[in-house]
Amino acid sequence: MATVEQQPNPLIEGLERFPVHPTTLVIFGGTGDLAHRKLLPAVYNLAHEGALPERFNLIAVSRSDIPHDDYRQMARESIVKHSRRKPDEQVLDKLLARVRYVPGTFDDDSIYERLDGELREFDEEAGIPFNRVFYLSTAPEFFPVIVGKLGEHGLDQHEGSEVRVVIEKPFGTRRHEALELNRQVLSVLDESQVFRIDHYLGKETVQNMLAFRFANGMFEPIWNRNYIDYVQITAAEDLGIGTRAGYYDKSGALRDLVQNHMLQLLTLLCMEPPVTFSADDVRDEKVKVLHAIKPPEATVRAQYAAGMAEGKMVPAYREEEGVPDDSPTETYAALRLEVDNWRWEGVPIYLRTGKRLARKVTEIAVTLKPVPHLAFEAEGSIGVKPNVLVMAVQPNEGVTISLGAKIPGTRMRIRPVNMEFLYGTAFLSQSPEAYERLLMDAMRGDATLFTRDDEVAEQWRIIDPILERWGSEKDGALPTYLAGSGGPVEAAQLLLDGHAWRTI
Amino acid sequence: MAGGVWSERDTTPSAVEEALRQLITEQCARHDAYAPSRVLNLVVVVDREWRGEIMNRLDRVGRYHPSRTILCAVEHGRTTIDATVAITAVDDPKPGELALTRERVVLDLGPRHLERLDTIVDPLVVTDIATVVWSPHGHPEAVDALLHLAQVVLVDSVNEPDSAAAIARARELAGEAYVVDLAWLRSTPWRERVAATFDPAAWRDELGRIDSVTVRHQSQSTIAGLLFCGWLASRLGWQPGSLVAANGSLRGQAHGRRQDVKIELVPDATMSVPGLAGIEIGTASGMRISLYRGPGGLSARRSDRKGRESTWTVLGASRGEAGILGEGIRQALLRDPAYRRALDQAEAMVP
Repeated sequence: MATVEQQPNPLIEGLERFPVHPTTLVIFGGTGDLAHRKLLPAVYNLAHEGALPERFNLIAVSRSDIPHDDYRQMARESIVKHSRRKPDEQVLDKLLARVRYVPGTFDDDSIYERLDGELREFDEEAGIPFNRVFYLSTAPEFFPVIVGKLGEHGLDQHEGSEVRVVIEKPFGTRRHEALELNRQVLSVLDESQVFRIDHYLGKETVQNMLAFRFANGMFEPIWNRNYIDYVQITAAEDLGIGTRAGYYDKSGALRDLVQNHMLQLLTLLCMEPPVTFSADDVRDEKVKVLHAIKPPEATVRAQYAAGMAEGKMVPAYREEEGVPDDSPTETYAALRLEVDNWRWEGVPIYLRTGKRLARKVTEIAVTLKPVPHLAFEAEGSIGVKPNVLVMAVQPNEGVTISLGAKIPGTRMRIRPVNMEFLYGTAFLSQSPEAYERLLMDAMRGDATLFTRDDEVAEQWRIIDPILERWGSEKDGALPTYLAGSGGPVEAAQLLLDGHAWRTI
Repeated sequence: MAGGVWSERDTTPSAVEEALRQLITEQCARHDAYAPSRVLNLVVVVDREWRGEIMNRLDRVGRYHPSRTILCAVEHGRTTIDATVAITAVDDPKPGELALTRERVVLDLGPRHLERLDTIVDPLVVTDIATVVWSPHGHPEAVDALLHLAQVVLVDSVNEPDSAAAIARARELAGEAYVVDLAWLRSTPWRERVAATFDPAAWRDELGRIDSVTVRHQSQSTIAGLLFCGWLASRLGWQPGSLVAANGSLRGQAHGRRQDVKIELVPDATMSVPGLAGIEIGTASGMRISLYRGPGGLSARRSDRKGRESTWTVLGASRGEAGILGEGIRQALLRDPAYRRALDQAEAMVP
């Protein structure tokens, strides 16, 4: 049947917020920690700002057998507690009035039948088929179960509207698991329906890396092996594992941050300019970067020992509540990678992440090669250092460039000074929460900031051999570092001559 | 709140500029984590007796504050300039983080200064960032004097004596700078919602069948209704004619591509804040859409020719007048091509 192409909506020109088709958001795991702390507050803040689709409903699915009203009360308390702004009671009342709750286990057919009924009721009431976004905020073992059941019950398609599925991390814990999960998910859904979330990509500063690289002509000529000496990507946390022992002890630092967030930062840093900023053009370039990385041999893992953080003695990882006494899980991971392509050949890229380090900081530091001739050396310019460009993701979001400058005085002596640019000083608006941005993108169908199936597979191709090797090592091989320190001394072994870890 | 203050009577712009530099240096010396924000300059010209009210409004704009505010308070009969400079940081810097500072210059000056206000303000604005001029109490001569310094003029067309004057002034200013009109920004949620209502494929074609538009507005906000209808006309290719007064309303027609469109602007005496109160749109196929202010957002209703009806709330919190002003300051960094076209069409509807 021939289809008639519809004219674009003439009313959207000049609008900052484009219309989003009426949508029902279904949160599987609606009583879980992520839903309470992030998803429900994000939905509220979107409602507050008038950013939700014109018509919007929310259905939560979870095991607790509670009535709609109890769930609404629970959601209200979560929003009041975790929202970034004080809720407006009237907006909150109206939002919660459109919330429904479906209790049951995720493998139970009856919840999908009931869900189907609720979804149809919303559509019939409005006289229009709503888009459906299923958000899987559950333990990962339920991802294939839920997707399978959605398919069995015909909820994977909806005539006249779009069906999308958002999948939280971790997307597998090993490569074969990730591939199998991809296979199971894509046996029901088309890749265009799948939104694998990595909340780091929802951070404004991470997206700003693209603007920084591709909207400023001054950096492109030096963004290659001819000028860049090495790159360091750091994601350090000052906190311990808190109450997440159950999750963290199975995951470890490599899976928790390196496989997803840090490799995402790396790809944004190293990718070629995309033809357009459409989802697939951007992701094609990111995948090419991952494809050019060999699984690294140079790796270090460690676990934090008791130490002092923020002036207080804190226990070792193995003394944390819920952690086995002989846990081999790494709380620190560092790698040296290379991107084997024309642009990056021979430039080492160091990644490191850890818990209970000296400070919370996420940054990318690009160190340029030193100047070829030091005319100032005779003047005792011991302070001449290579230029370093630092893109800070948190806590301060911005860019710092270190430059050599003359020390005031009669002699030509040089020392590095910093030129700092803080995003907050140059824009009037605060960054929205990452989950707000990503929820809206999923409802809009924009997958640019979500991870594609081949991206996930490539990430695991790099990480899996490290896990394999670490798994075969004896426990005695696991170094430790003092809580509150800059990490294990063994990390220095990764560095090539003349390179140094930046102070955390 | 940390910061420093300087003031001097019978001063000069160069002395004020020097004080600004000195205070910034002292602030940074106290703690190197103080960072001056560099987004835009806001030059505000006000009557001195209403200075406090305007400063309160600016204090309430929240996160959309300008980096440097230069407030020129005009006092009848004054011949000299008094100045106060304040550098403030809302928070003390936390370890490892920066604290943003704001700079405010208050100048007390007289009407004789206004025609050459640019010579006073020029040394005080941060160069190479956008400068916005806002003159909420009139003083058009001051705005004209500052136009070559400013890239953006903030106006509120609702404050002009009548719609014709509002449109004429906005068009005049738009020839010299980018105009951000608070009356236009108040209609943003309404425009977004109307665009969203007709966005689903099933209803997009109804845009071409619109045959009536009724806009209810606060009594003093006729211009807001005109701008809204001007926007529809410009986007949908209507040719509107002038409206005529009838029973307290303004009525008229626009010539559409398929059919004529009845337009009616109805004042709502119960509404106390500037802006729109409600919108009703009808189509030749019998669809009726209405949006009205309600608790928690806009109360929406849609009915079709068979009498099927659907009601819902389009969620959203009121921004309040402080929020509108904050949005106006933020819009100074953006560009909305739709306003100018809406303004042109609104002019055709002026009674």
